[in-house]
Amino acid sequence: MEKIKQENIRNFSIIAHIDHGKSTLADRLIEETGMLTSREMQSQVLDNMDLERERGITIKLKAVRLLYKARNGEQYVLNLIDTPGHVDFTYEVSRSLAACEGAILVVDSTQGIEAQTLANVYLALDQDLEIVPVINKIDLPSARPDEVKKEVEDVIGIDCEDAPLISAKEGLNIEDVLEAVVNSIPAPKGDIDAPLKALIFDSYYDSYKGVVCYIRVFEGSIKPGMEIKMMSTGKSYEVVEVGINTSKHVSLGQLEAGDVGFVTASIKNVKDARVGDTITDKDNPTTEALPGYKKVIPMVYCGIYPAEGEDFNTVREALEKLQVNDASLVFEPESSVALGFGFRCGFLGLLHMEIVQERLEREFDLNIVTTAPSVIYKVTKTTGEIMEIQNPSNLPPTTEIMTMEEPIVSASIMTPTDYVGTIMELCQDKRGIFLNMEYLEEKRVVLHYELPLNEVIYDFFDALKSKTRGYASLDYDLKGYQESSLVKLDILINGELVDAFSLIVHEDKAYERGRSISERLTDVIPRHQFAVPIQAAIGAKIIARETIRALRKDVLAKCYGGDISRKKKLLEKQKEGKKRMRQIGSVEVPQEAFLTVLKYDEK
Amino acid sequence: MQDISLYIHIPFCASKCHYCDFSSFSGIEDRIPLYVNSLIAEIDLYRQKLENYNVKTIFIGGGTPSHIEAKYIYRILGHIYENYNAQNVKEITIEVNPGTVNKEKSRIYKELGINRVSMGAQSFNDSLLRKIGRIHNAKDIFSSYKILSQIGIENINLDLIFGLPEQTLNDVLKSTKMAVELGAHHISHYGLIIEEGTKFYEYHKNGRLYLPDEDLEREMYHRATEYLVGQGYKHYEISNYSLKGYECKHNIVYWDIEPYIGLGLSSHSFMEGRRFFNTSDFSSYIDLLKDNILPVDGEEIVDVNGELEDYCIFGLRKIDGIDKEKFYSRFGINIEELYGEALTKHIKGGLLVDCGQFIKLTKKGLDLSNLVEIDFIK
Repeated sequence: MEKIKQENIRNFSIIAHIDHGKSTLADRLIEETGMLTSREMQSQVLDNMDLERERGITIKLKAVRLLYKARNGEQYVLNLIDTPGHVDFTYEVSRSLAACEGAILVVDSTQGIEAQTLANVYLALDQDLEIVPVINKIDLPSARPDEVKKEVEDVIGIDCEDAPLISAKEGLNIEDVLEAVVNSIPAPKGDIDAPLKALIFDSYYDSYKGVVCYIRVFEGSIKPGMEIKMMSTGKSYEVVEVGINTSKHVSLGQLEAGDVGFVTASIKNVKDARVGDTITDKDNPTTEALPGYKKVIPMVYCGIYPAEGEDFNTVREALEKLQVNDASLVFEPESSVALGFGFRCGFLGLLHMEIVQERLEREFDLNIVTTAPSVIYKVTKTTGEIMEIQNPSNLPPTTEIMTMEEPIVSASIMTPTDYVGTIMELCQDKRGIFLNMEYLEEKRVVLHYELPLNEVIYDFFDALKSKTRGYASLDYDLKGYQESSLVKLDILINGELVDAFSLIVHEDKAYERGRSISERLTDVIPRHQFAVPIQAAIGAKIIARETIRALRKDVLAKCYGGDISRKKKLLEKQKEGKKRMRQIGSVEVPQEAFLTVLKYDEK
Repeated sequence: MQDISLYIHIPFCASKCHYCDFSSFSGIEDRIPLYVNSLIAEIDLYRQKLENYNVKTIFIGGGTPSHIEAKYIYRILGHIYENYNAQNVKEITIEVNPGTVNKEKSRIYKELGINRVSMGAQSFNDSLLRKIGRIHNAKDIFSSYKILSQIGIENINLDLIFGLPEQTLNDVLKSTKMAVELGAHHISHYGLIIEEGTKFYEYHKNGRLYLPDEDLEREMYHRATEYLVGQGYKHYEISNYSLKGYECKHNIVYWDIEPYIGLGLSSHSFMEGRRFFNTSDFSSYIDLLKDNILPVDGEEIVDVNGELEDYCIFGLRKIDGIDKEKFYSRFGINIEELYGEALTKHIKGGLLVDCGQFIKLTKKGLDLSNLVEIDFIK
């Protein structure tokens, strides 16, 4: 096959809100260009992980190369770079967008633009990408393409007159999308003879090849045998293989400026091939790295502990395996009086946390207990020493604390006007500071708030979803730290402090949270032979108290004649339930108890 | 020859009670002859297996065995006498409901060798009886009791239930007092259990059942126990009381993990290290026996560990508890050696007490016996 000229390459992403049809459109594009027959195609090829497919979201981005013969008769290479569609992965999105010259913006013609979509559009505009709007789901009776087009024009300020009106599900007008990509998105430009400059926009670990880096070559070329250098770490490797991803990995002789493909170089850990880093030629390096590299920092922390009967080392091995593939996951061993030995893990956000937990449970078949998520607090001690606290148990005594700071985010909440009042109330309740409200169209607004991250990670998402029946969407960015009156809320079960339940909360929220947690624990902890007091405390001061009444009766009156097995089975079931409990002092606490502190309280 | 006990299930009732989840039917009286034929066939199928066994006790339960004509009982017991080693049966019990026995029926029972009657009195409060779906009243209890004792069946058990919807403590005590005054040699005092598949289960789910709270339910139990013990009854199992020497020998077989064969629909058996049970599908039961196939629907092998567990669980249900010597002679190991941890835990926790030869539940242990018993399961 003859090498296709740089001017016939198009590198692009798809930006869409969850459920607006990104994956389906990607499938259609792949199908339309004839790369896979429908029969070979598993639904939504780009979303490889089960979890992604189930939730309809893309977590890890990937790239696929399509060949398209346009209406003008020329052959084009279309590199589709998939992006994760969630706020937790903003940085990864920005890096994959940096690998492109354009982006397709998919908008659901029944819904309009959502907050996260808008955030990603702004990221794309920041990178000077050409935006190709596409109006999807026009087959639905509730489609209102004209209104939605107008909304896109008003909100984003791009021309939608020629936007393809499609139905990805029905395969309607897909070719129009390909034509728009070819005609609107500029070809890459880059000097093939300059020193190598390539951007890593994704990487994953393969047990045979080591780390596989997805790259976009901006200048120069890369081929097997070449010594490459990672510009952020300075480490060098010898290239083993370069190639492109069609339906499978295809090895090529080289990748050059404008190309998107993969490279392997016997790299052992994804940590050494970080997303956003620049690869260059060791012997003939470029003078300047590509802009925008940053090491991603976890925003949310929680403890992950082996559940009863699960082994600490098995959990460690599983986390290590996940980390090889997920450079943003961090963990270190910690121990809890209540839960024994486990790990403090850091995540990009709540979704990332949930994904890791679910993968541990599903892919590794582990039984784990998770503690309430926490953010990083900055503590200035009276001695002047500054500490970063991610585990509430490590908070120094009040007497040693001079000031505490908590992370604040700027949040945009996009919502139909009907829910503005409700959302304002919610944000107020979550200690939010109202900044402003923008009208997107007559019936939709975006509310800008400053919110403490610890309120957002607690139950804000759930509350927002539930109070707006799923109509509002949220996007947020870390804004900075702010001094705040924070206290450590402890929970005592039968007089014993259970460190796994401790939380750092705002002083004004402590009483309410303490009471609500105590009440919930009263519901989930089974009754014992003796009465079990549940107390919430700040330091030595008890602020809430509930009591689980003593169990008065747990006896089977009757023996069911000779049916001894029946009684035995009932006892066995009871025993099984007990085995899953966590022993805290003389109290048996079910695993769910540790989750109840996280749950949204529907009041 | 080894002893064995027989249970015979008669799954017919005049009507189904609201709390009952046993295998029983009303309105299919036309199938009684067919059912009895099947029972006869089943008895035949066990003949060889029971050649080397001596029948120790027989319990005819239900359903309401007294709901069917006495001639059927005659046929069933007669067939057992003819085919099994049943010359020295120590106890033959039949379950009856108040109002379903007359002199004639009672005489036949007596002639057949039935020497114990278990009567489903449940309560002496007529309005409560109606509420729980019983079709008899207190008067029927008195009259049936009188008929039976006049015919010479003295060993009569009265089943009573406490913890019924809207029942009061006073009511419970009144019913136990009536039972004592009638002269019952044995009283089974069961706490109500709401079982899935019963009318009460539905009512309960819909919040329409006003059950006494736990504290009251326990008070009913303990106050009744105190009363009965004061009246000279021996509290010998969690729910059972009797005059001296009138403990139910058949039930003790279950609790001592001794062998028994269950005949009839959905009945359970334990023999030679196997627990097995019959189908609970009426038609299958009939059809299989028509072809001379045992209607066994499932089985479970009980190894030594299983037997140990069962022995402890059911041993603890007896008020005297587990006899350490008997335990040792049966299993060849000391109970302390095997269950030291569980014993220490519950003795400390006040649910068990070690009385030297016996290990038994304390008063509190009687309320929370499940908590103790599960620790004897490996």
